[in-house]
Amino acid sequence: MRLSWFNITSLTLGFAFLYLPMIILVIYSFNESRLVTVWTGFSTKWYGELLSNQAFLDAAWVTLKVAVFSSTLATVLGTLAAYALVRGARFPGRTLFSGMIYAPLVMPEVITGLSLLLLFIGIGLDRGVLTIVLAHTTFAMCYVSVVVSSRLVSFDQSLEEAALDLGCSPWDAFRLVTLPIIAPAVISGWLLAFTLSLDDLVIASFTTGPSATTLPIKIFSAVRLGVSPEINALSTLMIAVVTLGVIIASLISKRNFVREQQGVAGRH
Amino acid sequence: MPECAFAPWTDPGAEPLIRFRNVTKRFGDFTAVRDLTLDIYEHEFFALLGPSGCGKTTMMRMLAGFETPSSGHIELAGQNIVPVPPNKRAVNMMFQSYALFPHLNVWDNIAFGLKRDGMPKDALRERVAEMLKLTHLERFARRKPHQISGGQRQRVALARSLAKAPKLLLLDEPMGALDKKLRQETQFELMDIQEKTGTTFVIVTHDQEEAMTVASRVAVMDEGELIQVATPSAIYEAPNCVYVADFIGDVNIIEGAAHRAGEDRYTVHWADGQAPLMAASDKAFSPAQNAFLAIRPEKVLVTAERPADAVNAIQGRIHDIAYLGNISTYHVEVAGGRMLKAQTANTRRIENRGFTWENRVWLSWDSTAGVLLER
Ligand SMILES: Nc1ncnc2c1ncn2[C@@H]1O[C@H](COP(=O)(O)OP(=O)(O)OP(=O)(O)O)[C@@H](O)[C@H]1O
Ligand SMILES: [Mg+2]
Repeated sequence: MRLSWFNITSLTLGFAFLYLPMIILVIYSFNESRLVTVWTGFSTKWYGELLSNQAFLDAAWVTLKVAVFSSTLATVLGTLAAYALVRGARFPGRTLFSGMIYAPLVMPEVITGLSLLLLFIGIGLDRGVLTIVLAHTTFAMCYVSVVVSSRLVSFDQSLEEAALDLGCSPWDAFRLVTLPIIAPAVISGWLLAFTLSLDDLVIASFTTGPSATTLPIKIFSAVRLGVSPEINALSTLMIAVVTLGVIIASLISKRNFVREQQGVAGRH
Repeated sequence: MPECAFAPWTDPGAEPLIRFRNVTKRFGDFTAVRDLTLDIYEHEFFALLGPSGCGKTTMMRMLAGFETPSSGHIELAGQNIVPVPPNKRAVNMMFQSYALFPHLNVWDNIAFGLKRDGMPKDALRERVAEMLKLTHLERFARRKPHQISGGQRQRVALARSLAKAPKLLLLDEPMGALDKKLRQETQFELMDIQEKTGTTFVIVTHDQEEAMTVASRVAVMDEGELIQVATPSAIYEAPNCVYVADFIGDVNIIEGAAHRAGEDRYTVHWADGQAPLMAASDKAFSPAQNAFLAIRPEKVLVTAERPADAVNAIQGRIHDIAYLGNISTYHVEVAGGRMLKAQTANTRRIENRGFTWENRVWLSWDSTAGVLLER
């Protein structure tokens, strides 16, 4: 089908709507002027300034730590939860449990954040990096488990039985057969959790303490005092990281899909 | 013929390798296997035959340890294996779907079970090489399962399950996907492997010809129950009921009333105004008991005239002729509109065939050609 003018127009409008704000932000991050809205020339100096701004660097370090720890933890827990729910013996209320694991997906972040805050206060946990990691793990875990369980559903269970048959303990069968085969889904899950943690503002601000400021929090508070080109540069970098993460995740799942198709095609 | 020499099931002192004792398996309120009692001996090539859904796979899965019997118990070499998990059983299963590990190449697939046993590296390499050679897969060792053909994949699955030299190998429809020629080759390969390794095989098949070719004994199942367990020739020549006779090969069943006519001999009155049929049977029938005479079509002779010395002869009219290349099957209508089949080898060219449609012919057979059955 050829693209009609109507289609071209709607595509253009749609993408402009999605990406124009970001493009403007990226362009202005290379603006020489300190005034955000006046273009005076191309420069990368704000990126340099950014690298010498200790407060931003600290926030970046906190964010990275939180993202790495929480996404790893979320991946482990999410994968195990998905495995238990898809593979485990049927028990009464299993459907309810499967449904419940997705609840954080639809729960307003404000509520998740607030309830976590109450929990941390309740158990007397000092708010800081640890609490943000725990909070991010909680909500990223269900994303991981969605990604992994959709892969597990299509996973041929006789492969696990074959592994058991050949002398694997159930744990070995999981480690040596199931995990390598679902690895692409697990990695996509990790990347998803990582990017979710990177750009979360709401839950982080509920669960953070004075010692741990993440980049989104830093940016948000800085912007309230006025937008600076440094913030633009920082945001551009974050967009780059997130984009990269999403692209890698989709490439991995696409490659795996192609390979699976080949496997199926070869089987007949 | 090994079949004559090898018959541990006739020896009351022989210890069976597998012993099913009153095994029942229920899924919810559905009974998949009902009160199964069966002995399988070492070095046997045991075939399970039966219609779809009769519980063959369920039985295999209980042997492999993927299903637990609802009642009864299963012994392997004298040990109750019901509580033993699959990874602790000296049993390997070749899955119908092959279940090859897609992330490992052929070599690693075959080595998988050996590595789990912690076999030393050199011994392991040697064993895998041996398996590759046995299944003619040397050239494909480095390929992934999706890079080889269906038949090759099947041989990988076979090599993988054989590699650990299990006491017992379970094959669930191992040749379902192969064409006839490859299937026959593989059957002979399997028998060869069995002879070399001495492994006990239990094979599930839908193909009765396959069961007849490879098996030392055949079990015919129906709706979760064993109907008959016997050697292929016994199953074919002496089925114990109409179901088995009908399931294995082609058969004519003539129903009638049996009357004793001497030592192990009975007459069967099958139609009014027709001479009774004579049949030998070592089973006892009470006078006028309803009986079924089963005769294989190839044991029925077709002639234009009544053979002078025939014990059993029925006149009929040729209704149809099925030409199957090496043999022809005549469908002959006899008294009461009953249809009987007779098979003859085509030793002459087709146009020289003696009979054609609507010809009146005589069907005759010996008194020992048929089997007299109660049900
Ligand atoms: N997990 C299960 N839950 C419920 N019913 C089952 C289960 N597994 C098997 N059955 C039922 O038990 C019966 C026997 O199944 P089984 O797989 O043993 O048949 P089969 O003889 O191997 O048939 P086929 O020749 O078609 O493979 C079938 O009616 C099947 O529907
Ligand atoms: Mg089956």
